[in-house]
Amino acid sequence: MTDQSSQPENFEQLLRSTTGELIEKIEQGELVDAVNLLQQINDARNKNLYLEVGRLTRALHDAIRDFHLDTSAVVGAEDEFSDISDAADRLNYVINLTQDAANTTMDKVDECMPLASDLGEEASSLREEWARLKRREMKPEEFRELYKRMDTFLESTEQKTTRLSNNFSEITLAQGYQDLTGQVVKKVIVLVHEVEDSLVDLVKMASQVDKITGIRHENAQQKTEVVDDSPTPEGPAINAEKRGIEVVSGQDEVDDLLSSLGF
Amino acid sequence: MNKDMKILIVDDFATMRRIVKNLLRDLGFNNTHEADDGLTAIPMLNTGNFDFVVTDWNMPGMTGFDLLKHIRADPELKDLPILMVTAESKREQIIAAAQAGVNGYIVKPFTAAVLKEKIEKIFERL
Repeated sequence: MTDQSSQPENFEQLLRSTTGELIEKIEQGELVDAVNLLQQINDARNKNLYLEVGRLTRALHDAIRDFHLDTSAVVGAEDEFSDISDAADRLNYVINLTQDAANTTMDKVDECMPLASDLGEEASSLREEWARLKRREMKPEEFRELYKRMDTFLESTEQKTTRLSNNFSEITLAQGYQDLTGQVVKKVIVLVHEVEDSLVDLVKMASQVDKITGIRHENAQQKTEVVDDSPTPEGPAINAEKRGIEVVSGQDEVDDLLSSLGF
Repeated sequence: MNKDMKILIVDDFATMRRIVKNLLRDLGFNNTHEADDGLTAIPMLNTGNFDFVVTDWNMPGMTGFDLLKHIRADPELKDLPILMVTAESKREQIIAAAQAGVNGYIVKPFTAAVLKEKIEKIFERL
């Protein structure tokens, strides 16, 4: 863009200065000069238009490329694969990773529960026996039995607590997904921002095209709302306040709301 | 409350179904069955003689809200108690669910104590 005369601002300037001259020439009856001036305006407009279209085409191409879309099917071989489908794969990876972690955690908890309840049951039964011993209600053979049970209990306590600790460590390790999913989600956020920027560029470009071609749009058609009696589910409400949605902050508010409705 | 009652858990996420199933088991309910959305739930409900439904709202295929409306409109099923356990926390949604005849509404994330309380409350009223 070194040719200053073909910038839209310069074209506007030319248009302004030339029209004054044009009116003068017409008033003075110098029609040949007037026609020549018209020709000049027209040439400048065309030149400007061609340059602008060229510039817009290039910018459009850049913007679309920045979308990270897979365009190889339409514009020929491009070995770089689409960031958008890559992002979808990444998000599926997040789902798999969180699901695996949840399952590992629940498997380990399922293993721990009976260990903990065995320990508790055995301890409380031993405590009853122990109380009888303290009250001196125990016969010598019963005491020998208790003596053996105590030994077994201590041994099994040792084993079970070791297994419990191992499971607890594994539960902690299973939370390692947070780091991996965090990194992946952050990358996808960056991509979404890039795509948003490209879209904004496209909108700007479209308005440039309208300006130089002189296209006026009727008020863009209003988005028609689909009428449906079922509220659309949307999952956890994020940024509810910013979006002006009324949400409850927790179970207590749900209960209050329902009781106000006669529940 | 009959601890042997037959319960259908409807949620599209296997993890969530497992959590609800485990919590119900801890509360003494062992007769639980699972469906991954409304469309799979309906045939099970039609033939399964269920006593109670615990459903999510947001599911592909058929949502929990549509399942609720379907159950209330079906003469055979209309009295089946339904507890909704969902991440949907918009006031209009909770009101809509109440108007459609839900028996209880729990927002995720929730605790075992809340689940227990709501189930007890539902069966006290029946």
